[in-house]
Amino acid sequence: MRAIYRRVASALLVAVALCALLAPRIAPYPYDTQFRDSPAAPPGRQFLMGTDDIGRDRLSRLIYATRISVILAPAAALVSIALALLISSVGGRAIGGLITICLSLPWIFLFIILRAELPLNTGPAESILLTFGLMGVAGWAWPARVFAASIAQMKQSGWLLQARAAGISGWRIGLVQAWPHLRSVAWAQFCMLAPNYILLEASLGLLGLGVSDPVPSWGNLLQDLQRPDVVKANPWVLAPLGLLMLVMISLEALQPSRELAL
Amino acid sequence: MKIMWNRHFRLFIGVVFISTLCAAGSKELRFAIAGDPRTFDPLHVEESNSETIRYLTAGVLVRVNRLTDQIQPELAERWELLDGGRAITFHLRAGLRFSDGSALTAGDVARTLNRALDPKEGSATGDTFRSGQVNPEVRVVSPREITIRYKEPKAGLDRLFDSLAIAPPAPAKLPASAGAFFVSEYHSGEYLRLARNTYYWKRDAAGKQLPYLDTIRLDIQQNHDIELTRFLRGELQVVNRLDAESFDRVARENPPAARSLGASLDPEFLWFNQAPAKNMPEWKRKWFISPVFRRAVSGAIHRDDIARIVYRGHAHVAAGPISPANRFWFNAALQPLMAEPPGAALKSLATEGFTLRDGVLRDRDGHAVEFSLITNTGNRARERTAALIQDDLRHIGIRVNVVTLDFGSLIERITKTLDYDAGLLGFNNIELDPLEQMNVWLSSGQEHAWWPAEKSPATPWEARIDELLMKQSSESSREVRKKANDEVQRIAVEQAPIIFLVYPDYLCAIAPAVRGAQPAVAPPQVLWNIEWLRLE
Repeated sequence: MRAIYRRVASALLVAVALCALLAPRIAPYPYDTQFRDSPAAPPGRQFLMGTDDIGRDRLSRLIYATRISVILAPAAALVSIALALLISSVGGRAIGGLITICLSLPWIFLFIILRAELPLNTGPAESILLTFGLMGVAGWAWPARVFAASIAQMKQSGWLLQARAAGISGWRIGLVQAWPHLRSVAWAQFCMLAPNYILLEASLGLLGLGVSDPVPSWGNLLQDLQRPDVVKANPWVLAPLGLLMLVMISLEALQPSRELAL
Repeated sequence: MKIMWNRHFRLFIGVVFISTLCAAGSKELRFAIAGDPRTFDPLHVEESNSETIRYLTAGVLVRVNRLTDQIQPELAERWELLDGGRAITFHLRAGLRFSDGSALTAGDVARTLNRALDPKEGSATGDTFRSGQVNPEVRVVSPREITIRYKEPKAGLDRLFDSLAIAPPAPAKLPASAGAFFVSEYHSGEYLRLARNTYYWKRDAAGKQLPYLDTIRLDIQQNHDIELTRFLRGELQVVNRLDAESFDRVARENPPAARSLGASLDPEFLWFNQAPAKNMPEWKRKWFISPVFRRAVSGAIHRDDIARIVYRGHAHVAAGPISPANRFWFNAALQPLMAEPPGAALKSLATEGFTLRDGVLRDRDGHAVEFSLITNTGNRARERTAALIQDDLRHIGIRVNVVTLDFGSLIERITKTLDYDAGLLGFNNIELDPLEQMNVWLSSGQEHAWWPAEKSPATPWEARIDELLMKQSSESSREVRKKANDEVQRIAVEQAPIIFLVYPDYLCAIAPAVRGAQPAVAPPQVLWNIEWLRLE
């Protein structure tokens, strides 16, 4: 049963990834074309998922948004995890204080200050990379706390003492011995961070910091959900949320066993 | 024990019955304001919540009728403009009293005005009464007569007194008032209650003392969606301002409550930064100071689409800096600014050396024409307007980067650092008289959007606007002032330093139980004749 579940999840993720990669070929219209005679149109033959408030095809925007969110949110999560692994393995116990400080920083305000200082003529591509890049760099402390705890636990294990006694170098121990133990923790953190980053991008969009219009992302498409009356009248605006949930459930299904062999 | 229980039960039923009767009989109007008022001192009002309280409680000498724009007597039963608009004499009604019962005389008017004019007070109300930096002479002739005299004629002198709330001598946390209501309760963050002033002088035709309402409860409610939901549930009776989406919802769910008055006084506009700024290259500034460039941008924007799509048809295409709703001051010769075909804009841009190559507009030196457009984050209508402008300008090869900023950062950029290319915002006009807009159009004005506080006018047309505005500000004839203001509007449209887009309609919701409401486009809109409102 578990195997079937994983196969379905893999197929779904492959389909979403293909959708993202082939967006210009499969989207019915460019994501920024405004059909000004059909603003806020309901689903129909011309627009399968209707149009948004200024007449842009919702389906096309969802397909293009998938390309950005499915690639960049996980990429930012990978950056966070890589940084967290590096800092927690190099820093040891000493980084506990640093992690606490980073976790207590009001990142949202720092983002606002940073955005206010950035050049205004930043193009959409730079704006997207900047948003996800900043999230990746700023988000290291959450997984670092878990990694630091796992590494501390690992340091007391017999196999590590044996490896050290055998004179194996630190890097080799890290890559060959420790990484298999940390991999499932890293995967769990990845599965937690990636959707969080998609939602964080949506929140940043509200502050004018996320992916800027007219480029679509799951984050800025989810902003419609803040308007209960719009959701009630046009339930199809929930499609990005549905897709996000499907992707997250699929990622969860692909997660390796959580039992750590420490 | 049984007898005691019966007695208590009867007492309880009695209390419930009496309080039900009281509740049914009480006439309390309920609506919401967006936040706590910062002050109850009418001379120090600087934001809209305090302004609403000030208006509802203020006893003023005269009132500008928000529907007719005529001045009508209030505490003053009559007045005379003297020496060609240099002086004004007010004659107060007999037997005037504040809400605490103390007598109101010309001495109170003089004390209030002198306090407003005192530089130590730093009162914004006082600023409007100064002529240049000079205070007028205030002389009490008798307990019911007062004269205010200036050295030069002052435009709209009588209308100024619409904003001067006459204050009682004794300061208090919740001060007495000479208006229809006074503040009787204040629970920070929750609500305020205004009670009817039993000493208020005004009576209706049948001789019944006004106001009709016993109390007004103003709930402090920041979230407009919740405010609207509460209105639709019947918990509030007025929503003084609605956006297009909310208005459509009210029109669907409670059609008689939805009121649209047509174009409001408040324009939406965009402008280019023409001030020398350290982060703006000189070649880019050259585009922005070119009237041909500005007119081409203006001509490429489909304002009718903005009105139809962004405001769901609840907006009017702008013709200039004054709304057509402002019937007297609007220059009727100006036509709504409709879009031109892209070819026409490109043809005029070619005269300045701009060429369209591979879908990109380039200037004489080959620079691709691209600029950022900043607006405030969280304002859905402006974000959508920016998206439409972005698309319109793409058709003439201009790339626009829309950037939304929090309001603080935005104001910092447009008033202090001047580090921006173009902005998209709206004006909130409180008065019909264009004197209020002088700070925008005078080259030395702090709100001179495209180049704040210029040392001297940078162009001959700005010098001409300065000259016309200064002349009309010391002119007492409305007709002469109207002529000067018509020319200012014509120049503003011709030179397009500010590109006016649309005037969103004034939309509000009034429960059918509220009678006597005559909403006007000028603030405070539904509430302007508060003493005449009643509940059925």
